[in-house]
Formats: sequence, structure tokens, C-alpha cells
Amino acid sequence: MDVRSEIIAQIRRVAQEQDKQLAPLTDDLGLLDSGLDSLCFAVLVDRLETALKMDPFSENQDAAFPITLGDFIKFYEDAAK
Amino acid sequence: MPRNNPVSLWNAITAAGDSSLRVVVGAEGSASWGELAARSAEGWGVEVRGRSILVAMVDQFAGAAALVQLDGVARRMVLYPPDTPRELLTAVAECAGADLIVTDEPALERVDSRVRCIIPIGEKVGRAEADRSSQIETEWILLTSGTTGVPKLVQHSLATLSGAIGPDPSVGLTVWSTFYDIRRYGGLQIFLRAALTGTSLVLTGAHESTADFLARAGEHGVTHISGTPSHWRRALMSPSAGRIAPVYVRLSGEIADQAILNQLRSQYPQAKIAHAFASTEAGVAFAVNDGSAGFPVEAIEHTPNVEMKVVGGSLRIRSDRNAAGYLGEDSPPLKDPEGFVDTGDELELRDGRYHFVGRRDGMINVGGWKVHPEEVEAVINRHPEVSMSLVKTKKNPITGALVVADVVLRTPHSAANGDQALQRDILQFCRGELAVHKVPVAINFVAALAVAESGKLVRPNA
Repeated sequence: MDVRSEIIAQIRRVAQEQDKQLAPLTDDLGLLDSGLDSLCFAVLVDRLETALKMDPFSENQDAAFPITLGDFIKFYEDAAK
Repeated sequence: MPRNNPVSLWNAITAAGDSSLRVVVGAEGSASWGELAARSAEGWGVEVRGRSILVAMVDQFAGAAALVQLDGVARRMVLYPPDTPRELLTAVAECAGADLIVTDEPALERVDSRVRCIIPIGEKVGRAEADRSSQIETEWILLTSGTTGVPKLVQHSLATLSGAIGPDPSVGLTVWSTFYDIRRYGGLQIFLRAALTGTSLVLTGAHESTADFLARAGEHGVTHISGTPSHWRRALMSPSAGRIAPVYVRLSGEIADQAILNQLRSQYPQAKIAHAFASTEAGVAFAVNDGSAGFPVEAIEHTPNVEMKVVGGSLRIRSDRNAAGYLGEDSPPLKDPEGFVDTGDELELRDGRYHFVGRRDGMINVGGWKVHPEEVEAVINRHPEVSMSLVKTKKNPITGALVVADVVLRTPHSAANGDQALQRDILQFCRGELAVHKVPVAINFVAALAVAESGKLVRPNA
């Protein structure tokens, strides 16, 4: 599975587990408007570390936090390059 | 100090003179400090003088008003945070000997006969003049998480809580805010700092989004703002992070890693960025603002008015900011025989700086929420397929840490698919019993867990 599909799949899984209502997952969706809270993002990043074998948040201490879903996916895609 | 040890918040606020420009702004309303102090809890229509009162307001603004109006009048007030389960209200009230529970939640009146629904700043409250002719030193009780899920009650006073608060050097220009709830130690520090130094304060709303709060904080010209690293990571994920332009950013309550310090410096280049160590029991210890994770050895050796030492790898603190003790029968002592509070926070010395590396008791800090492994293990162990379990921390860049569990099954499962179904089942069981931040993010099945000669589980940090 490519990075984008893996992220979308994991977002849906975390939302379902944590009983969160997801907004439509478009690239310009603000992460804080997605329906996921901080704990959901923490779980998501943990799952992605297992699935994609990377954690760009911990690897890059100077990177700005992604704000939209598009930023978030690009953050992982750039790290995968 | 900007005060001569005031008996109460009322003294400090009224001594500051005309405070009409210095306001407390909540999401639901605002008032000057003077207006808050002009009303008296004695206008609430219930006897408050000399009583032990549990304050369980959902709205922070109402909570702030209640604290100002009760301090110096009530014998004891228990600060019950809005996110603490309401099922524990009666147990906490019993432990604190509280015979009155005040709240802005009408539904709670059905839960306990001691509950009275009061809006301390609402129009319905009588404008009784505050009779402050004979005040008492009110005991302030803060809640902190306990191993069994029932909070521990920590005894403070206005004096111990305000020991780290000095005069505001930029009189009149400072506007404080905090992501914390003011019923928690970190938020209470900011509330008291604003009250005692006569500065404005912007509080978060109970149901307010991060973006809305940041926009409101920006409109009110917030200059100084505090939160946990997890609060700040969330703020930086918001497009509204740029709506505030603070000159002082403070982090506490969790380990501040280099990434969040760098990101805050980049977002707020004009701000002094400080990370502090404080705990509900030990009080405020120190703050460093050199922009590096960890803290220099001098912070331990030369912090004025706070004595610190590292014993067996963990930090001990003695100062007049320490809590007096825990409330309740059979409570453990809060201080060692020399009067030091053992924080249980373990330190490691690397390249001349101390770094926090975890907790001696294995307690896990998930985004500022404390998780005691024993509480989670007790739930997992009730699952019929589980023999025993060990709950551990896993590092996380968003909440600092997450909870994971090693589980020994009664009968070993071999099929991989069967494993997954059982993992899901155990997690589902946990979700039904535990607050979300306490539920493990992963269950690993292991053949055995190490047990010490004492019969206790060997904990990785122990």
C-alpha cells in the first residue's frame, strides 16, 4: 500500500476505534477539524510507525507541524523519499 | 512578592485598588477582578462560612469566580476538575469531609444530596457585600491521580500555592493565558499569578476548539501563555497558531523535548520560551529558558528558595511551595523524614545536563494525563483469557507517551489471526472500563513476565 492509502486507512481505523466522527478526508482539511483529537493523532503516528517503518515527527526535530491533511501526507511522503 | 502574604485572594485583589481594566475573560463571559471580589459567596443562599466545600464547576469562568469568593471564607475548598469522572464526586467529598458541593451542572443535584447548583457570577446571585472582617486561611485541595483510579487529595494553602509568584515586571502590560484548566496545578499557578499580580487573564472555554481559543486569546492581546508540550503541539497544528504573538511561552507538566522547543522558537521568534518543572505535591521547582531540552546542573544546585537533590536517580524537592500532605485516612506520607518531597521523576545526567527519563513507579504521562500501570493492568487481568500483564510506556511525538501492554495468556494462542482477534477483544474490554488515554495502543502477547523475589512484577524503569 502506498503512503497516502496507508495514512487514510489508518485514520479511518483510529476514528472507528476511538468512536470519532470523521470529516470528509480532503487534502485541504485542517487536521484539527478532522474529528480526531490529540490522542487519536498520537495513536495514528504510532500505527504509521509500525506500518510504514518511519516516524518523521521524531526524526526531524525542526520540521513545522503539518496543519492540513495534505501537509500531513506530504510530510510522510517526503520522509519516505 | 507583590503582597504581604495576603490572607485571601480578596485581600490581594482589593489591595490592588481600581482593577476595572484588569479582567478575567472566559468563553462564556468576563468580569474585572474587582467585580469578582465584590460579590460574596455569602450571597449564594447557602451557608458557606467555615465549611468544607467541593467546587465542581464545568465553566472555568464560573470556577474562577467561586474560588475568589470562597477563599478566606470557607474552611476548605476542593478543586474538582471538569474532566474528573462525576462518579467519583461522592467519594472525594467524603474524603474531604465536604458537606456542600457547588456546581454549575444542574444534573449533579440528582447525584448527591449535598450538591447545590450555583452560578457565582450570574445575575441570580445576590450582591451581598463581602463580609471580610473575620477571614480564615482556607485550605486548597487539589486532586492528583491515584493508582486505583480514585484521586489523591493534596493539601495546599494560598501561601504554598503562591510561593513562586513574584511581582509582574511589566505592570499593566501583561495578559496571561493558559491551555491548562485552572483546577489543575499548572493552570492554578497562572490563575493565582494573574489574581495576585493584578494582570488580565484569558481562560479556555469548556467546549471551545483550539482555533477558537487561539483567536480569542489573540483578540485580547495575550502576552504570556502556558501549557503542556502536548497542548503546544496541538496549538501548532492549528492554522490559528499565528493569531497570538506572545512574548513569553511556558511549558510544564510533561518532558519538553528538543523538537517542541525548536518548533515554538520558529513559530514565536520574539518570545522567551521557558520550560518548567513543577508537580502538584512538590510545587513549582524551577524554569529554564535556554532553549535546550533538559536542564543544567546549576538549576538543581542554585535555584533560590528551593532545595533539590537527586537520591537514587530521582529528584527530591524541599521548599515552602511543597504541599502539606495528602488528605484522608491511611494516606501515605507526602514528604520524607527530612521534609523533601520525592517526585519519583528519574533523572539522567548527559553532557552536563539533567534529562527526565521516566518515573520510578512506572507512571505514564500521556499528553499531561497521568496513567498508573497498576490501574490498567487490573482491568486487563480481569479479561478471562489473561493470566497477567505488564503496562509500559511507549514514546510518542504527539502526546509524549502512549500506553502499551505485555500480556501473558492463560492458554497460549498459536494462530496469528486468533491473536489479532483476542488483542482486539482485550482492547475493547479496556475501552469499556478505562478513560481513553489509559487504554493501551498495543497489546503484545508474551510467554512470561519477570517477577521479583518480592512477588512483584519487575518494571522496566524500576
